[in-house]
Amino acid sequence: MNIIYFLIGCSVLLALGFLGAFFWAQRSGQNDDLYTPSIRILLDDEQEKDEEK
Amino acid sequence: MQPENFYYDNKIVRNFGIATVVWGIIGMTVGLIIAIQLYHPGMNMGNQYTTYGRIRPLHTNAVIFAFVGNAIFMGVYYSLQRLLKARMFSDLLSKIHFWGWQLIIVSAVITLPLGITTSHEYAELEWPIDIAITLIWVVFGINMFGTIFKRRERHLYVAIWFYIATFITIAVLHVVNSFELPVSFLKSYMVYAGVQDALVQWWYGHNAVAFFLTTPYLGLMYYFLPKMANRPIYSYKLSILHFWALIFIYIWAGPHHLLYTTLPGWAQSLGVAFSVMLIAPSWGGMINGLLTLRGAWDKVRDNVILKFMVVALTAYGMATFEGPMLSLKQVNGIAHFSDWIIAHVHVGALGWNGFLTFGILYWLIPRIYRTDLYSKKMASFHFWIGTLGILFYAIPMYWAGFTQSLMLKEFTPEGMLKYPNFLETTLQILPMHIMRSIGGGMYLLGVIVMAYNLTRTALQGKLVADEAAQAMPLAPVQTIARENKWHRRLERKPIQMLVISLLVILVGTFVELMPTLTISSNIPTIAAVKPYTPLELQGRDLYIREGCVGCHSQTIRPFRSETERYGEYSKAGEFVYDHPFLWGSKRTGPDLAREGQKYGNAWHYNHLMDPRLMSPGSIMPNYDWLITQTLDTSLTGAKIAAMRKLGVPYPAGYENKANKDLDKQAREIADNLSKDHIKVKSDKEIIAIIAYLQRLGTDIKVSKTANK
Repeated sequence: MNIIYFLIGCSVLLALGFLGAFFWAQRSGQNDDLYTPSIRILLDDEQEKDEEK
Repeated sequence: MQPENFYYDNKIVRNFGIATVVWGIIGMTVGLIIAIQLYHPGMNMGNQYTTYGRIRPLHTNAVIFAFVGNAIFMGVYYSLQRLLKARMFSDLLSKIHFWGWQLIIVSAVITLPLGITTSHEYAELEWPIDIAITLIWVVFGINMFGTIFKRRERHLYVAIWFYIATFITIAVLHVVNSFELPVSFLKSYMVYAGVQDALVQWWYGHNAVAFFLTTPYLGLMYYFLPKMANRPIYSYKLSILHFWALIFIYIWAGPHHLLYTTLPGWAQSLGVAFSVMLIAPSWGGMINGLLTLRGAWDKVRDNVILKFMVVALTAYGMATFEGPMLSLKQVNGIAHFSDWIIAHVHVGALGWNGFLTFGILYWLIPRIYRTDLYSKKMASFHFWIGTLGILFYAIPMYWAGFTQSLMLKEFTPEGMLKYPNFLETTLQILPMHIMRSIGGGMYLLGVIVMAYNLTRTALQGKLVADEAAQAMPLAPVQTIARENKWHRRLERKPIQMLVISLLVILVGTFVELMPTLTISSNIPTIAAVKPYTPLELQGRDLYIREGCVGCHSQTIRPFRSETERYGEYSKAGEFVYDHPFLWGSKRTGPDLAREGQKYGNAWHYNHLMDPRLMSPGSIMPNYDWLITQTLDTSLTGAKIAAMRKLGVPYPAGYENKANKDLDKQAREIADNLSKDHIKVKSDKEIIAIIAYLQRLGTDIKVSKTANK
């Protein structure tokens, strides 16, 4: 069952990669504002439409 | 700072959209054909290229990688540009990605009916296509990260995180599950054998569900649902939270596909524990989606697109509740190998993936064509017939799964199997299979109506191939220049970060892989278990070519109902020479792990020629072409050499005389058949497959009698 150590290794490395990404997100302020991004995605297209009209 | 003008690329979105619809119809049509074959075997049109075993992988590959795959790319290319306020990184890469992906699908459509397959579920494509998939996936990755790199919006919206996780994880999974040793241009053997191969396959298999059918679709849901309802997601905080929880937990759940097999118990328990935990982040996504519509349910009443989204989210919630339940050993003991699993995956596939895709198509196509949907009535018809189709599909399959499993486990008061003949249980559930194909047909009809509706929509509008947009460029982050810590600087460069993390993963892979490949396995070997003879090996490859594994498992679980029916339960040591493993995941027919020597050669000959001669009412197709086709022995030597390279103890130089042994064994079987007045030349394919079937599970029986 050696393969299981390889798979666990892969999974852990993958998890560590995601952990790194998570820390990056936290430290670079990605998650500082957890409200406006949800509103922002609604706004941009609407403005664009107005311009065309 | 001046706002910058740029254009969104809508043409690539449109192209992926067309591919989604076209492949969707093809993939579902193939699904309908094989569903009918399960009660009317003649639906294979007497043709080996359209027989269940070969085109069932075509159905799964077409709906997963062609229909859902193209839908993912359509949604990602549309939303990524707008979320990042930037055109895709490179139009050329977008084109290569699109055409490369379609070419891969076409190669699957050609090779799978020809029986060219690795037999790993959802990873059936042979090694040259695996390499092509890797290359195109990297193109997609460069294009996506390139766009992230030149973005005009600092914050990465949660949908993008889901896309990133999809890209990275699928890359790793695909590469690890494609470790094959090529024998020829279109034939290879899996590097791992037996239980190890099974673990790799289901580590991949479950995560293909997780990171191809789930995470990208959650990303799409987080962009398109708020857009459609014109209201923000219920809780952005929850979306971030459940994203991280989901990707950390999902990757460990694979072993729940191997409960009660010879996989070590602790690994099974690990899989179960993580599967049960998964319910929390999964439902986080469903609840977040449904609550986005709070106070807007009046919109759902009039808006058919939102109806599609509500059913999709509900189906997601049901499938992800059911998943953890199915991973509990007691439930799994009944559900595994049965139609219950087929119902489970189709609630996810038809409901979650299908309906979300339809919702996006109905929303997106009119938008990029600057027009309104051609017919809302038709869309509404599609919604209702699709929903009914799902119900007509799933409910009979749940019923069938329960019925058959319980029948197979039922004992008489005297302690005998109540239904010793497997076929009896099959015949019992045929009405449910007929219902299922009607449900599937309704669903397909809905998709065809959608295709017409969308075509008319496109014809009445005009594609805005390049949509004008305006945004402020990204203000440089002042801290970058001042910071000297290399890691902090690296973190701000997503591409470099990606390359380095992939390198780290690859280095880790090789560090871990090398000892595994060079040191012999610590699976307890059983002295009586011997490598396959050349003829049996060729027969096994025919078994793989015909896709027998699609209906017949080769692993006996330690239940009395199974050991009574099939024989001694399977041991890990029995599979050490099985490259690839052929345990299967569904018992449409009986298990074959101990099929060897149960019947005579003549029985197998007649049964393969026309199963109904030996088992009246059987739904197995005729394999009469095995009688007329001559066995190709040109690769025997290469196959033996490849197997030896993988650790199968064939003596050195055996590849040169393998064909001599093969001829000898084939003549013996042909002579034996002639005693039963069956005249067949010894060089026909059927001889090889009989040799293989007669070998199955016999090594252990031999040792048992030897002990007595």
